[in-house]
Amino acid sequence: MLRVTDLTVCFDGVPALDGANLTVADGSVHALMGPSGSGKSTMLRVIAGLERPDAGEVAWNGASVLAVPAHERGFGLMFQDYALFPHRSVAGNVAFGLRMQGLGGAAAEQRVAELLDLVGLPGYEDRSIGTLSGGEQQRVALARTLAPRPRLVLLDEPIGALDRSLRERLLDEMREIFTKVDATALYVTHDRDEAFAIADRIAVIKDGKIVADDDPIGLWHRPPSAWVARFIGLENLFPSAALDQVGLAHPSPAHTSGIVPPESIVLTPTGDRTATVAAVHFRGGTYRVELDIGAGQPLVAWSPTAPSPGSTVRFSIAADRIIWFTA
Amino acid sequence: MMTAPARTGSRAGIALAAVVPVAFLGYFFIYPLVAILATGLVEEGRFATSAFTQLITDPAMRSIAWFTLWQATLSTVLTLAAGLPAAYVFARFRFPGRAVLRSLTLIPFVLPTIVVGVAFLALLGPGSPIGVDLRGTIWAILLAHVFYNTAVVIRGVGAFWEQIDPRLEDAARSLGASRWATLREVTLPILRPAILSSAALVFLFSFTSFGVILVLGDLRHTTLEVEIWRQATAFFRLDLAAALAVLQLAGVTTILVVYARIRRRLTTELRLRPVGEITRRPQTRGERGLVAATLFGLALLIAVPIGVLVARSLTTADGFGVDAYVNLVDPPRNSAIFVSPAEAIANSLSYAVPAVLIASAVGLLASTVVVGSRGRLSRALDTAIMLPLGTSAVTIGFGFLVALDAPFDLRASFLLIPIAHALVAIPFVVRSAIPVMESVQRRLREAATMLGATPLRAWREVDLPLVARALLVGAVFAFAISLGEFGATSFIVRPDTTTIPIAIFRLLGRPGTFSEAMAMAVVLMAVTAVAAITIESLRGSRSGGV
Repeated sequence: MLRVTDLTVCFDGVPALDGANLTVADGSVHALMGPSGSGKSTMLRVIAGLERPDAGEVAWNGASVLAVPAHERGFGLMFQDYALFPHRSVAGNVAFGLRMQGLGGAAAEQRVAELLDLVGLPGYEDRSIGTLSGGEQQRVALARTLAPRPRLVLLDEPIGALDRSLRERLLDEMREIFTKVDATALYVTHDRDEAFAIADRIAVIKDGKIVADDDPIGLWHRPPSAWVARFIGLENLFPSAALDQVGLAHPSPAHTSGIVPPESIVLTPTGDRTATVAAVHFRGGTYRVELDIGAGQPLVAWSPTAPSPGSTVRFSIAADRIIWFTA
Repeated sequence: MMTAPARTGSRAGIALAAVVPVAFLGYFFIYPLVAILATGLVEEGRFATSAFTQLITDPAMRSIAWFTLWQATLSTVLTLAAGLPAAYVFARFRFPGRAVLRSLTLIPFVLPTIVVGVAFLALLGPGSPIGVDLRGTIWAILLAHVFYNTAVVIRGVGAFWEQIDPRLEDAARSLGASRWATLREVTLPILRPAILSSAALVFLFSFTSFGVILVLGDLRHTTLEVEIWRQATAFFRLDLAAALAVLQLAGVTTILVVYARIRRRLTTELRLRPVGEITRRPQTRGERGLVAATLFGLALLIAVPIGVLVARSLTTADGFGVDAYVNLVDPPRNSAIFVSPAEAIANSLSYAVPAVLIASAVGLLASTVVVGSRGRLSRALDTAIMLPLGTSAVTIGFGFLVALDAPFDLRASFLLIPIAHALVAIPFVVRSAIPVMESVQRRLREAATMLGATPLRAWREVDLPLVARALLVGAVFAFAISLGEFGATSFIVRPDTTTIPIAIFRLLGRPGTFSEAMAMAVVLMAVTAVAAITIESLRGSRSGGV
């Protein structure tokens, strides 16, 4: 188990990490998500041992690893641009960590073959790095990282450079591989879909601080702040005052904003509210309906049928499902 | 990415590594420059400006300075005119043999200047196959400068041009800009820093041109560079030569400052990386015509002087033959060939080996310091190590002549010539090594570390194999430079230490040995070409993003 406590790193006096806390449980994939400049890559490098923190603690199974040099931590790091060794073949790259452990010969060869099999590149041993496509390089980098059986796998935006369809396929494959080898992993990304697709748990980092840490479903349904809700892309975030105007009173004066989850809205002739349909978009199987409720921004609802724009519709809101925020 | 705490431990090692390059540059570069300044300004132990006064008042000197300036300007303009269309064609169009042709355009630039001089003498001088004699005219000089420098424009501007997304031009066209307006409003403004920086380099090379002007100008046209040499070695006016050298240095420094300023703009410029393949087959008749005409012109410019040189070196009184080459190895009795060419070749090789070793060792240490530390020392060394590249070779040779008799008298040392060659070659070693050490290394070293390699192991497994190749490139550069070096050597050479370029020059000066001079130039050209091909293939076979 990895435990990071109050981690602080400053660059030229500017904090890149500002008291960040995080725990990664054994056998789980933990995503670390944040906008660029939020400190997520720095955090990864500190955990890896490539950067020294100004304050705080990084511990593995309760023992501090700060004094352990990077090459002895037993953590694997997969780089954003893969950092494959251009002067070595695919096998030379994958076997590198094994050689560092003193493993050579047939045992290493077998392990390399096993790993290449695992990432779907059997028989690629003698290929040179320059001849690989982006997706193949990504797989080789993953195989190289996993070969020495690191106790923790760190991944720095490992598929950020690839195109969308390839990313989706690789995400699925990586997910499968992590399960197969029972990896404990910390996966840095700025992409919400990526984090939700691969992680057992998602931490959100903002300005060097962890501002949310939950499983994907919990994060989606109970974001801890309006900023997190907006960052993960939740819709229908309104100031409390606007919701007040349409009769959705906030339970406490401390609540400054709230989200009306689209799934809490039902378009039905028996609804107790009315609104003008501002826009209707077809979204494969269902319609995204924007309702003008006079709150300064449209209220988004999902509907199996398409009301005509400009018409008046009746609907109801399950008010108890509104998520209120104090910040 | 930002700071690298892992490096602080080796700070002492870095400082230790800095001692050698700093001492080398200090003693063999800075000290001779100071000695030149002293020679020009101190007379019988007192401060004197008489040499400078003569420089300013003598109309002959003024006209030499003026000629130096305007021939460099004209050479630059003509080189741009020849190089820009070629840069465009190589950056934008795909055609059979493109890669090979592009490599071939580099040949003139890697040829020793003395070879370029002899080639144009064979083409345009006495006995010219096209029936002219332009020896001693500005035309031969300008043409040789264009021949020599076109590669600078093709490479410098072309490399940048390839980085510009052609869709920017498409966007301009779709917004209603004509071809001409697109060129004027989009392409040229983006290219401007690249064009200016190439122009500054061409100007610098033409400004400090020595071998070409000495051979083709026939002393009817001399530049500052040639005049320094003439005043010092023919008239023994060391004070006047020193004053000229100071003037030359001032000019060179100005050009380098301008160049550095342009370069900074070039690197801070927004990088516009095109996605995917940007070259295409020429489509319209106009495009096909442009590509064909440009390639034909380039081929003419490169092949004709070299071809004529080779052909004439193989021409005897009664047809074709290898007599001139035979005479190199086995000079006829009572012949005018007073230097044994075979001896010159042996000398050149025996200087090239220590020159390569010195340049590689000093260059590797300097690169390690520059890459390994980010302090003021590193930046200062980075700049200082490049200075010999800008400084004219003649100034370096002259500095050796006036400085290296004390405290240690090195003027009789066997190592004097190799040291001069190493000084000229070190910038090339450093420039080959630093980018490789800098760009990819850190990431890769980190990757090795994360896979369990100790710092020393990571250096051995990652740094060494990658830098070894770059070092090899630098070493071959140093070898080629040493073999072809003419300017500095011409000051410090002694009758028994003649090198190939010096032998060529002497053969040119004797009546009746022009064929042998051409044959020797062909030999030197062949050796240099092999070195250049080795460099290109070493670079080309490097895979990945190195």
